[in-house]
Amino acid sequence: MSGGNGSLVSVRRLKKYFPIMRGTIIERHVGDIKAVDDVSFDIIKGETLGLVGETGCGKTTVGRTILRLYEPTDGAIIVGGINLADVTGGDLRRMRRQMQMIFQDPYASLNPRMTVGSIIAAPLEVHDIVRGKEKHERVQELLQMVGLNPYFVNRYPHEFSGGQRQRIGIARALALNPDLVICDEPISSLDVSIQAQVVNLLEELQEKLGLTYLFIAHDLSMVRHISDRMAVMYLGKIVELTDRDEIYLNPLHPYTQALMSAVPIPDPDVVDKRKRIILEGDIPNPANPPVGCNFNTRCPVAEEICFKEEPEYLEVKAGHWASCHLIKPEGI
Amino acid sequence: MEALLQVKNLTTRFYTDEGTVHAVNGISYDMEAGETLGVVGESGCGKTVHALSIMRLIPTPPGKIDAGEIIFDDGRDLLKLSPGDMRLVRGAEIAMVFQDPMTSLNPVFTVGSQIVEALKIHFGMAETEANKRAGELLDMVGIPAANNRLNDFPHQFSGGMRQRAMIAMALSCDPKLLIADEPTTALDVTIQAQIVDLVRRLQSQLGMAVMWITHDLGVVAELARKINVMYAGYIIERGDVHSIYKRTRHPYTIGLLGSLPRLDEVPGTKLVSIPGLPPDLIALPQGCPFYARCTYRLDQCLEEMPPLEPADEEGHIVACWRWEHVAGRKN
Repeated sequence: MSGGNGSLVSVRRLKKYFPIMRGTIIERHVGDIKAVDDVSFDIIKGETLGLVGETGCGKTTVGRTILRLYEPTDGAIIVGGINLADVTGGDLRRMRRQMQMIFQDPYASLNPRMTVGSIIAAPLEVHDIVRGKEKHERVQELLQMVGLNPYFVNRYPHEFSGGQRQRIGIARALALNPDLVICDEPISSLDVSIQAQVVNLLEELQEKLGLTYLFIAHDLSMVRHISDRMAVMYLGKIVELTDRDEIYLNPLHPYTQALMSAVPIPDPDVVDKRKRIILEGDIPNPANPPVGCNFNTRCPVAEEICFKEEPEYLEVKAGHWASCHLIKPEGI
Repeated sequence: MEALLQVKNLTTRFYTDEGTVHAVNGISYDMEAGETLGVVGESGCGKTVHALSIMRLIPTPPGKIDAGEIIFDDGRDLLKLSPGDMRLVRGAEIAMVFQDPMTSLNPVFTVGSQIVEALKIHFGMAETEANKRAGELLDMVGIPAANNRLNDFPHQFSGGMRQRAMIAMALSCDPKLLIADEPTTALDVTIQAQIVDLVRRLQSQLGMAVMWITHDLGVVAELARKINVMYAGYIIERGDVHSIYKRTRHPYTIGLLGSLPRLDEVPGTKLVSIPGLPPDLIALPQGCPFYARCTYRLDQCLEEMPPLEPADEEGHIVACWRWEHVAGRKN
């Protein structure tokens, strides 16, 4: 399931617009919320690609559209040479075996009326992979893998804490031996000490099973911790994508710079030494994004061109993509 | 310096059908005028219940403040005030900003009218005067075109603006103490930076004391001068902000700091997680509540809760039988 140059998934010019409808009986299409607007990136086999951004920037929509939980409006999702955007029916279901998701809310994503055993076995049944005793053994193995006692198989979700429920969600995602796991804010509803447990578990599993992660979260420190590369989204677009160290040490886009400087570091000694960029205002309405660069309403360094033309998303240095008029590409 | 707030042996419990929840278990500390105190801990550690106890906002029943004194300002014990007198303290002398700006504003009244209400009650201002003051307050917290926004309803404000409006409301009566309960948890990081910056600026302008309650050790490192670390309803460590981060003495605080990735970390760092879960507050163990998760534990810890004892001359106190081993003083 791999494309060219080691990439597992290639996303090209992906768009997902949600229509805004008016009228009750005769509905009219009056506009679009451009949740994902022309996004391109690769997920390389075995890596963790972190996707960060603020509320409403479209990061969750990207994850869901890759899995075809949302129908893409335009663009391609290429997996093993096949464009997932065109696949339908049974073929789509077979391809989904390779891609699974861990959801944000471990309280809402587990059916309260199903036992842990049947929750984890559900994907095995849907895809008819194993039956009977073998299925039972696989469930026990998965529980053990995520650090839960296999003895818990007949318990219900409400008997578990948030961190344990998230482990159940992870076991379910791993049941089909996927290549890609999309982790959509898997730790944001957990307490700090439990977050570390779950992140350590995800790292161990990646090493053991050779998984590829798309890790979606708003906590920059945690995303930087777990990722090999990071993409920063703003208002439906990726503004910058590069290596985890490069993006911290040498962020090029003004939004990335502001975002990095806004993250608190738990060390009173570094507080006074850091340069702070405090952005003014809020994220604009995605139904009515500004003309030109969509960051121009908050950008501290915007120039005339930024209010007229949309910047292109370019590889400005080897392995470092950004979309900003003020960044000059270096020798490529 | 004279203490603004003295909390003495505060004990708050909830009597429920399942049993007695020991939410706050005899905590004591002082806060000076103008000081910024960070109260840090995970969900269910009693940090919010302790703040609500100070404000006397514990729903009774099932909650009850079973013991303790809260000496405020000129020596009044807030727990002994009549409900009427307490109402004059709330808002006017101690104000509170809550976590969720979406639910703490009333959706059917305009933002302006909600600020004006407090001004009328506490200062007896007339409508026009109160409106003018409300506009000034919104302007002070950085809402653009403040006077025009007074007639907006809360849904017309973004999350960050709602939290600003809540802060404006809290500051309307010039309180001596502002209690901020997870005020930035529901907000994005760039908006959080705006609010932190705002509170810091207002504090130096107005000279009030701020109690910042949070689970985020990052935010309080930027704001607070003193830190209380809470666990299972106890203060388990307290000290100056530098001392807490640099000379950490309690195994729980060490675990909490280790669980937190740093943006400036070097690659390959592994998070030090704390195994297990916090204890059930209905069935608290007899000894140290952290025993089950602690890597330094002894049999003694199971039998007896360690008292808070001074770890140095600078006022760093810690509740651990083995803090000297933990801090690397002894092996």
